[in-house]
Amino acid sequence: MAVTATTPTADDIMLDASGMPLKQALAIAERNKRRKALIMALPLLAFILVSFIFPIIQMLFRSIDNPAIHDNIPNLSREIQDWDERAIPDEALFAILADDLRAAGKLKNQGKVATRLNYDITGSRSMITQTARKLKKKTEGPYKDWFIGLNEKWGEMRTWVALKKASQKYTASFYLNSIDMRYSETGKIVAQPEERQIYLTLFWRTFYISIAITLICVFLAYPISFLMATLPVRTSNMLMILVLLPFWTSLLVRTTSWIVLLQTQGTLNDLMVYFGFIDDENRIQMIYNMTGTIVAMSHILLPFMVLPLYSVMKTIPPSYMRAARSLGANQAYAFYKIYLPLTIPGVAAGSILVFILSVGYYITPALVGGRTGQLISNFIAFHMQKSLNWGLAAALGGVLLAAILLIYLAYNRIIGIDKMKMG
Amino acid sequence: MNKILKFSTFAAVAALIGGMTSAAMADALTIVSWGGAYTHSQVEAYHKPYTKMTGTKINSEDYSGGLAEVRAQVEAGNVTWDLLDVELSDAVRGCDEGILETIDASMLPAAPDGTPATDDFIDGALTDCAVATIVWSTVYAYDTTKFPAGGPKSMADFFDTSKFPGKRGLRKGAKPNLEFALIADGVKAADIYDVLSTSAGVDRAFAVLDKIKDDVIWWEAGAQPPQMLADGEVVMATAYNGRIFNAQVAENKPFEIVWDGQILDLDLWVIPKGSKNKAAALDFIKYSTDTQRLADQAKYISYGPARKSSSGMIGNHATAGIAMLPHMPTAPENMKTAILNDFEWWADHADEMNERFAAWLAK
Repeated sequence: MAVTATTPTADDIMLDASGMPLKQALAIAERNKRRKALIMALPLLAFILVSFIFPIIQMLFRSIDNPAIHDNIPNLSREIQDWDERAIPDEALFAILADDLRAAGKLKNQGKVATRLNYDITGSRSMITQTARKLKKKTEGPYKDWFIGLNEKWGEMRTWVALKKASQKYTASFYLNSIDMRYSETGKIVAQPEERQIYLTLFWRTFYISIAITLICVFLAYPISFLMATLPVRTSNMLMILVLLPFWTSLLVRTTSWIVLLQTQGTLNDLMVYFGFIDDENRIQMIYNMTGTIVAMSHILLPFMVLPLYSVMKTIPPSYMRAARSLGANQAYAFYKIYLPLTIPGVAAGSILVFILSVGYYITPALVGGRTGQLISNFIAFHMQKSLNWGLAAALGGVLLAAILLIYLAYNRIIGIDKMKMG
Repeated sequence: MNKILKFSTFAAVAALIGGMTSAAMADALTIVSWGGAYTHSQVEAYHKPYTKMTGTKINSEDYSGGLAEVRAQVEAGNVTWDLLDVELSDAVRGCDEGILETIDASMLPAAPDGTPATDDFIDGALTDCAVATIVWSTVYAYDTTKFPAGGPKSMADFFDTSKFPGKRGLRKGAKPNLEFALIADGVKAADIYDVLSTSAGVDRAFAVLDKIKDDVIWWEAGAQPPQMLADGEVVMATAYNGRIFNAQVAENKPFEIVWDGQILDLDLWVIPKGSKNKAAALDFIKYSTDTQRLADQAKYISYGPARKSSSGMIGNHATAGIAMLPHMPTAPENMKTAILNDFEWWADHADEMNERFAAWLAK
């Protein structure tokens, strides 16, 4: 090789106006630029950290955190781990439980223990609170027969197996519950009884409803975006306003408008009865079911598909299609070969937006979903607000998060996230 | 880990709502209730006279039930609500979870005739953490114009779609549909919760619900059933009695309440743990739950006062001028087959029943 690396001599180094080597000056300038960019992004980073990253970490932690029994009856929680699960524990363990429950009762913490155990064994809540109340008067043993006499559940194996599992500091039981499994009476992982299985059904329903909505949005948004991108500015602006107008209207207003339109005594049914398409007795149920959820959500999410599609289509020069036609392709072939591939980035961007938004949608299915149109988010809200089982709510959220990440990875593999284009 | 999480929650919550709370003054109380006609009745009967008497300003806020917000405030150590109106099951659960202050019932004022408060309140109205103000009930109501030949009379009629065809409105949840189903199936009021405690009993209740499942439109907010009835979406619906009363009197709707098998429940005052104005909140509870104030509230809404001594003082509606007593769930005429909601049973079984209900619903 002719070229050899030579160390530059002092004369070769280019200096800037102040006499600093140019390379060094450039490095400093670059570093300053980066620092400035970082400082400018800092508020956003801090905001994301506080309002997004921390809550997610906290949610994931809550889905396995299990302090209610572990912290409030600590001695029993420690000792019961050595119990062999062969027979009802002996007097020693009952005595420890009695002391712990009495102490918890003084601090008014017996309710937390009771609520937690009740997640695993229905009816054990009143067993704990009643026992803690009676323990105020019973100050010394023997306890075993007294406990069992008070409530026969204390003499059942499943109570103790559940107590042992539930007293561990961290637990998988919320995750098991969120995929319709549970710990059995003997501590094995088994499926929930059939009449209590709901969450897997709901996860599947959430995903196929979201896919259906995404497909409907592509189908509806494509022609509209095409028109907007190709029509003269005056007309396309008009169309743009029509697309954006609902976007600016309150979500609740739009959802309740659909109720007015679609309910059995609503406008659409009235019109069909008036024109004789259906009988007055056989009005069609179009809301408070899955149809209602799909229709209302497709309408609400449509702009998220139209906007990326439009901005991508706007950048495609009309001359491409003309060139294809002039080379002998017919309209359909030219569209399939030239136009469609060019719009894929827009379709990809819109699809992932609509899909992810609809997976987490809450208020619309709550209002118009009725019996068959409820999504998993409605049950997360239920456990947050009504049952106060935040561990289960967090586990459901965790499963949902994992599923979305998997889908995102698959999407990235198949379509490629770098191909996505917002405009 | 836990400490960091707690701190981060606190930081996040404080950052978000800190600005709002700093404006709150110590001489103002934030009282949270269910909104609508119900909050209106509390403002007229309690808030206004209390502010007039003591000068304490009252900020009235609305919420839609549940303890999630209270628990979030207590866990973040930033309690901005001083007093809230909850259902019995939430009062018990909140007390269990340690997120409510305990209230010593002996501090409540005695009845005018000297009966101590602990005897004057109806059974179950005083718990460790709560003081009841009203008795409300879930009943069912129908649109009289839909049944010109005579409407339904009993709970069994509600579940009989061949005798009384048309859609039904029911609350989306296990409570109190399971009780209604068993009453309709002929179980005596006193035995309802014994039957429900067996798995055969629960199966039986769901079997009754199965009969009308395809004819039901489910509601979630208390304002929905009167609206569904008015729209003709359903011909009869279970509802909170006060909501139906409001539609009958304020909006002149042709609705009729069927009191058979009504399920009584209570609304109670509770104080979130760590309230900054606990003393003032306790003082407000004392004031608002005396005999006169509870009777006053009945002028605005058809919910029964939680004190026995208030019953004799119930007068006419404040604006419509009709006698309120016949519209009260506690009126002797309406009480014949009434059931008192068993909060202990529900606290034990709510989780399982709601899961079963959700699974049943999805099928």
